Amino acid sequence: MTTTATHPSPAPPTPSGSGLPPSIGKWLTEALFGRAGLRMLAVCLGLGVLSAIVTGPGSTADEPFDGIRRSVIDPRIVTFLLLGVALWVVVRVTPLVWPILVRGFEPARAQVTELSRQRYSPIGLNLALLAFAILIPLALGAPARQSLVNDIAIYALLALGLNVVIGYAGMLDLGYIAFFAIGAYATAYFTSEKAINVHSPVILNPFFVFPIAFVLAAIAGVILGGPTLRLRGDYLAIVTLGFGEIIQLIANNSEFTNGPRGAFGVPHLSIHVFGFHYEWGQDPLPYYYLLLGLIVITMIAFGQLERSRIGRAWAAIREDEIAAEATGVPTLRLKLLAFAIGASVSGFAGVMYASKQFFNPQTFSLQASFLVVTLVIFGGMGSRLGVVVGTVILQGLAFVLRDLVPATDRLIYFGAVVIIMMIFRPQGVIPSRRRKREIKLSEAGIGGADSLGAAPTAAGSQT
Amino acid sequence: MDFVHQFWQLTVDGLMSGSLYAVIALGYTLVYGVLQLINFAHSEVFMLGAFGGLFAARGLMDGGDTPSGLASVGIVAVGLGVGAMVGALAAFTLERVAYRPLRRRGAPRLAFLISAIGASLFAVNLAGKEFGRNNVSMPEPFTNGEVFKIFGASVNTKTLVIFVVAAAMLLILDTLVARTRLGQSIRAVAQDSDTAVMMGVNVDRVIVLTFIIGGLLAGAGGFLYAMTFTASFTMGFIPGVKAFTAAVLGGIGNVRGAMLGGVLLGLIESYGGYIFQASYKNVIAFLVLVLILMIRPQGLLGERLGRAA
Repeated sequence: MTTTATHPSPAPPTPSGSGLPPSIGKWLTEALFGRAGLRMLAVCLGLGVLSAIVTGPGSTADEPFDGIRRSVIDPRIVTFLLLGVALWVVVRVTPLVWPILVRGFEPARAQVTELSRQRYSPIGLNLALLAFAILIPLALGAPARQSLVNDIAIYALLALGLNVVIGYAGMLDLGYIAFFAIGAYATAYFTSEKAINVHSPVILNPFFVFPIAFVLAAIAGVILGGPTLRLRGDYLAIVTLGFGEIIQLIANNSEFTNGPRGAFGVPHLSIHVFGFHYEWGQDPLPYYYLLLGLIVITMIAFGQLERSRIGRAWAAIREDEIAAEATGVPTLRLKLLAFAIGASVSGFAGVMYASKQFFNPQTFSLQASFLVVTLVIFGGMGSRLGVVVGTVILQGLAFVLRDLVPATDRLIYFGAVVIIMMIFRPQGVIPSRRRKREIKLSEAGIGGADSLGAAPTAAGSQT
Repeated sequence: MDFVHQFWQLTVDGLMSGSLYAVIALGYTLVYGVLQLINFAHSEVFMLGAFGGLFAARGLMDGGDTPSGLASVGIVAVGLGVGAMVGALAAFTLERVAYRPLRRRGAPRLAFLISAIGASLFAVNLAGKEFGRNNVSMPEPFTNGEVFKIFGASVNTKTLVIFVVAAAMLLILDTLVARTRLGQSIRAVAQDSDTAVMMGVNVDRVIVLTFIIGGLLAGAGGFLYAMTFTASFTMGFIPGVKAFTAAVLGGIGNVRGAMLGGVLLGLIESYGGYIFQASYKNVIAFLVLVLILMIRPQGLLGERLGRAA
């Protein structure tokens, strides 16, 4: 199967040809039933069976293939096979008819318009989105509101922070949740006498823990990133992965952190200023609005950062680290800065999370780190609006799926979404213009589009 | 004084787990050699191979008595074979689905890492769904008695089997990379893929075969692992990270380095786990990783498959 590169099927008609091709029927037969076409049919049917298995019943180790067997003999399989056939037809026929469909719609100066399109996001659209975000919880029921806070708003904040690391500086951090854990445990330590087995000499209002967690997480980020950022970028991924795992192991095993039981009774956020008292209670709404405020502030701040000298330096590092270094960009320091900023946002979110409810080490599993990475990639790395929208879509989907599929199966779908995204739309749902261009350039063999070095062996020899 | 007493026993244990790490580490190192990429989903290849071998061996034994003699040898051989085949199949599929489409397009490196993570998530959780989420242990394929004592440390059958099989695989691989034509093309691609193309090397084929070789080793290693410990859908992660550490320790991309790194890491962990606490055994591996990266990022034997193998 090494001939995927060479297409034995007929070449799609050139857009310049006029009128309908003479023998479209012949084309179709050959596109569908030629060698490549039949192979694609096999792949599509395989995908159909795979989706049937993924969505079908599970099984246990005693009868390991029982779930697969029951998925395959179930009548549902017909639906999936038909879907596979439909996919096959679409995949094989679209390239044939596409040039005919888009003929006449091709803009004359595609490149120019793309680059000169408006630079800043339209303010009206942003305000409309904000208004939507403010009003939407009023239309939702209690469980949805709860999920809006715990699964969407907190994760949107996390994704925004990780976006600085992945999207701006082009590094992969797989232990991002560790900083979240640092923030959460710091909150438990500083604000309550009994949440975990140790507490600070002075008990603070959770609001005062924000700067502490911010600094602690940033310091952890610098300690971790310092030695590893000197090296090739993919080492960072594995070291952060290890760090995330160490933090969770410690949280789980240490008696200071209350072990696997986690922390209970962290006080809610409260304000006592000039005789004004307010406490964020069990109700998710006030938390939601506080988080929304934080998200908006973070988005604005990161927007400024992105357009600043630092942001431009990050872009330079991403696009060509050696050239950036040669022009005097302190690459190591800037990468470290991105890492620390990302970490501190995670610590910040950790404080919010801790003061909201109880938490245990399970919250800080590796899966959570992967989830945040997924959210960033899905939304569009480097695009602030993108990662927030990505979070809303994916986590919203997870909420909807909650009753449809077992919670433990959700990560199967996440994995599939990530692969599909990387294959077909690596720039994400709402890509940042710059990132999109970089990925295009990288695919053309110019620049790296991340700080991990040049693209791997492109076996383009036969293409 | 306790440590001195236990020293040789710890050495035997360390060598055993170390040879397993070495077997898995080769998969990382080979793929790194040809693609300059960390194959994040390699640990899932290992996991799937372990399940494949385990189910095959269990099917053969059918819950009866512990077999002995030739029957045991047969069961272990079948388990290894099926494990290796499943591993190879998984690695092949992985390359097809998560790597090749991106490679064709010349996608940025970050994209590869992320799609590998996606594949890993998919495989782990699908395995969890189909094979259950509990630990599965394998029935004993042979009576696990003490074979001989060395410096007062007892070496039992299982340890011996693992050690012999792992050593044989490492030897075969080393010969393959150093002596055969395939090994030559792997080294050529690792050194300079563009030039390799001009010299008539089919880079795509070499890459697929590299994945398959790594998968064979990881799958067989998975079976050996499942035979000693237990199998579960998340079993790949920790050995995977450790094998990666071993590969980095020896110099990633360097075949003999990965073997050396694996054995060393096994020993360090075995001693460290005894001196500190068994539950912090995993932390030691990560600490070793961070320390190597700080002190000698190119690893003990240096990087690059092409030069050192």
